[in-house]
Amino acid sequence: MNSRERILGRVRRALADVPADETPYERAVPRDYLREHGERTTEETVELLAENLTDYRAVVHRTNREELPVLIMRLLDAHGSREVLVPEGLPPEWLSATRALRVEDRATDTPDRLDRVGSVVTGCAVAVAETGTIVLDGSPDQGRRRISLIPDHHICVVRVPEQIVGSVPQALERLDPSRPLTWISGPSATSDIELDRVEGVHGPRALEVILVG
Amino acid sequence: MSGTFVGMPAFPEAARDAVGNPTLRGNLRHATHTIRAKRDRAVAELADWAQLREAGRRIKDHTLRHLDRYLEQLEASVTAAGGTVHWAADAEEANRIVTRLVKETGESEVVKVKSMATQEIGLNEALEAAGVRAYETDLAELIVQLGHDRPSHILVPAIHRNRGEIRDIFTREMGSWGRPAPEGLTDRPADLAEAARVHLREKFLRAKVGVSGANFMVAETGTLVVVESEGNGRMCLTLPETLISVVGIEKIVPTWRDLEVFLQTLPRSSTAERMNPYTSTWTGTTDEDGPRAFHLVLLDNGRTDTLADQVGRQALRCIRCSACLNVCPVYERAGGHAYGSVYPGPIGAILTPQLRGTASEIDASLPYASSLCGACYEACPVAIDIPEVLVHLRERVVQGGPAVRRGNKVVLRPAKGHAAERAAMRAAGWAFAHPGALRTGQRLASRSRRLHPRTLPGPGRAWTGSRDLPAVPAEPFRDWWQRTRGGKDAK
Repeated sequence: MNSRERILGRVRRALADVPADETPYERAVPRDYLREHGERTTEETVELLAENLTDYRAVVHRTNREELPVLIMRLLDAHGSREVLVPEGLPPEWLSATRALRVEDRATDTPDRLDRVGSVVTGCAVAVAETGTIVLDGSPDQGRRRISLIPDHHICVVRVPEQIVGSVPQALERLDPSRPLTWISGPSATSDIELDRVEGVHGPRALEVILVG
Repeated sequence: MSGTFVGMPAFPEAARDAVGNPTLRGNLRHATHTIRAKRDRAVAELADWAQLREAGRRIKDHTLRHLDRYLEQLEASVTAAGGTVHWAADAEEANRIVTRLVKETGESEVVKVKSMATQEIGLNEALEAAGVRAYETDLAELIVQLGHDRPSHILVPAIHRNRGEIRDIFTREMGSWGRPAPEGLTDRPADLAEAARVHLREKFLRAKVGVSGANFMVAETGTLVVVESEGNGRMCLTLPETLISVVGIEKIVPTWRDLEVFLQTLPRSSTAERMNPYTSTWTGTTDEDGPRAFHLVLLDNGRTDTLADQVGRQALRCIRCSACLNVCPVYERAGGHAYGSVYPGPIGAILTPQLRGTASEIDASLPYASSLCGACYEACPVAIDIPEVLVHLRERVVQGGPAVRRGNKVVLRPAKGHAAERAAMRAAGWAFAHPGALRTGQRLASRSRRLHPRTLPGPGRAWTGSRDLPAVPAEPFRDWWQRTRGGKDAK
C-alpha cells in the first residue's frame, strides 16, 4: 500500500462516526457575516483606502490622468532612481515625462540584474479600502511577481474608483484564483523583535500608491 | 541550548527554570502585553467578529469531517494546474521526499519560508544530514537558527530574545553563515532588520530551491496561500526554479470564497493588523513567472490519529495565529521552550500530545500546563475549546483508554504517576455513593479539625506544596441545613 492510500484509509477510519447524510457544504457554513463593514459613498471608500494605506506607512498621492506622468517623474527623481522597471503592458504615457531609463520586465533577466534597478512602476488588479491593501495579479500592466519585490521602491497606480472595493470578500469575488496573486498592505515589515512593528525588511521599503481619478 | 526537543523534562521542571529567569520573563511580558492590547483594537474594528469566528469554525469542521474527499479534490486540482503532489505518512517519509526532490535539482542549499510543518518534522536537520544547507529567512527564524536556539512562539519564534540579545547573536554568528553583520551594529529594531536584509539578500538572489509551508490550500482551485510580513516569503516563493511546499493535511478549505473569512480573522488574531504586509497565492505553476516546478508534500504525521478523537479533533481547526499564546497566563510566565515542542502555549498543550501521543514524560505533562482559565478559547478565531480538550486529555493520561496511534487502534494504559489521585477519586466515589459513611466521615472531620495539619503527608505533599489545605468548617453543610432549614431559622 502506498502512502496516499494509507493516509486516505486512516482518514476514512477516523471519520467512521460522521453520518453519510451530513449537512452539505452549502448549508454547513453560516454566511451571516458582513459583506462590507459600514455603508460608504464612493468618495468615502477612496478616503478610507488612503487612510489605511497611510496608517501602514505607504505614501499616498492623488492626481488625475493628465498630471500622472509628471507625478511619476517627480517620485522617481525624489528616490534618485536612474532606472525604472516596467511591466510590458504599462500604459506608455505614464512614463512620458520621466527621463529614467526603462528596464523592461523580461523572463531572461537574472534577479541580480533586477536588484540594481531603483524603482518599479505597476498598475494593480484591485485595492481594498478596509484593509489598505493593493492586489497584483500578474496582468500585463503589473508584470511578473518578482518585479514588485526586488526593487526597493514600488510605485503602484490605482484607477479610482473602478479598481477600489470596500472589503476583503468583495476583493476575492473580483480576483481569479488561477493567476498568481500578491496582496500588498504597506511596505515590507516585521514584528519579530519584541512584537513591535518595524517597516522595511526584504520587500520594497518604500511603497507609494497613486490614486488616479 | 540545543536545537532539538528530544529528551525534554516534563513541563513543571522546564517551567520552573524559565520562571526563575528574570530576563526571559521580562521579554515575554513585554511582548505578550504589547500584542494583546493591539489585538483587542484590531478585533473591535469588525462588528461581525463573532459571525466570522463561527463561520471559520464551521468551514474547518466541515472540511475535517469530509477530509478524504477534499484531499482527493485538492490533489486533482493541484495536478491539473501543473503541480506534483506527494503524500507523507510521517516525518521521516516527508523528509525523505523533500531530500530526494532537492537532490534531483543538483543543488546543495535551499531558502526557507517560516513553516511550522517543516519544523515539526525536523526538515533542516534531515537536509543537513544529506549535505544540504537550509537557510531560514524569516527574521525570527534567522535569530533562532543563528543562535543555535529553539523556537518559543508560533508566530515570533524568537520572542524570548530582546533586542540586545539579537544584536549580540547577529554580530557573533552572521559571519559564519554568509555576509557578516555591519561594524558597530546597534540594537535598534530598524538596524537589526536592515542587517537581516543585507545578510539574506545574496541568498535569495542566487537560490534555486525554495521550501515553504502554507496557511491554506483551496481544494476547488488547487491554490496555496502564504501569509507573511517581511517579503522573505515572496522571495522564496517566486525567485527559485523549484518550490517545495510541505503542508499538513488539515490546512484545506473547500472553496476560494472561504478565504474571505480567514483573510479577515488571521491577520487580526496574529499580528493585530488589518492585513499583513504580504499575502501570496499560487495555483500550480505559471509560465515565465515564478518556479517552473512545484511540489506539494501532504503531511499526516499524527493528524489522522488526532482526527480519530471526536473531542480532540477540533485542535485540527487551528490556523496557527498564536493569539492563544499571547493571552495565556501560563505561557507568559513559563515561555515556549517549557512545552518541549514546536507548538507551544495552549494550542501546543492539546496538539502535541495528540500528534505525538502521551508516551513520554513531557507529552503526558502537557495537558496539565494550564490553569483552565479559558482565555485561549475566548481569543481563538476558530473557537477551539482548548480547556475542553485539555480536560479530555488529562482523563486519557490518568485513566488510559482507546486511542489511535499511527493509524492503529490501541488501548492506552493509565499513567503511572497518578496512582494516588486515582485512589483518592475511587475513595471519594465510594463515599458519595454511601451517604451514611459520608455523614459519619464529615462529622468526624469537623470535630477533629483542630488536629488537622496545614500540609498533607506522603504523596499528597506535592499538592499542598503550593497551596494551603482548605479549612474544614465547624459543622458539615448537611447538618447545618437540617438544623436551620436552609437559614430560614437563622442561628
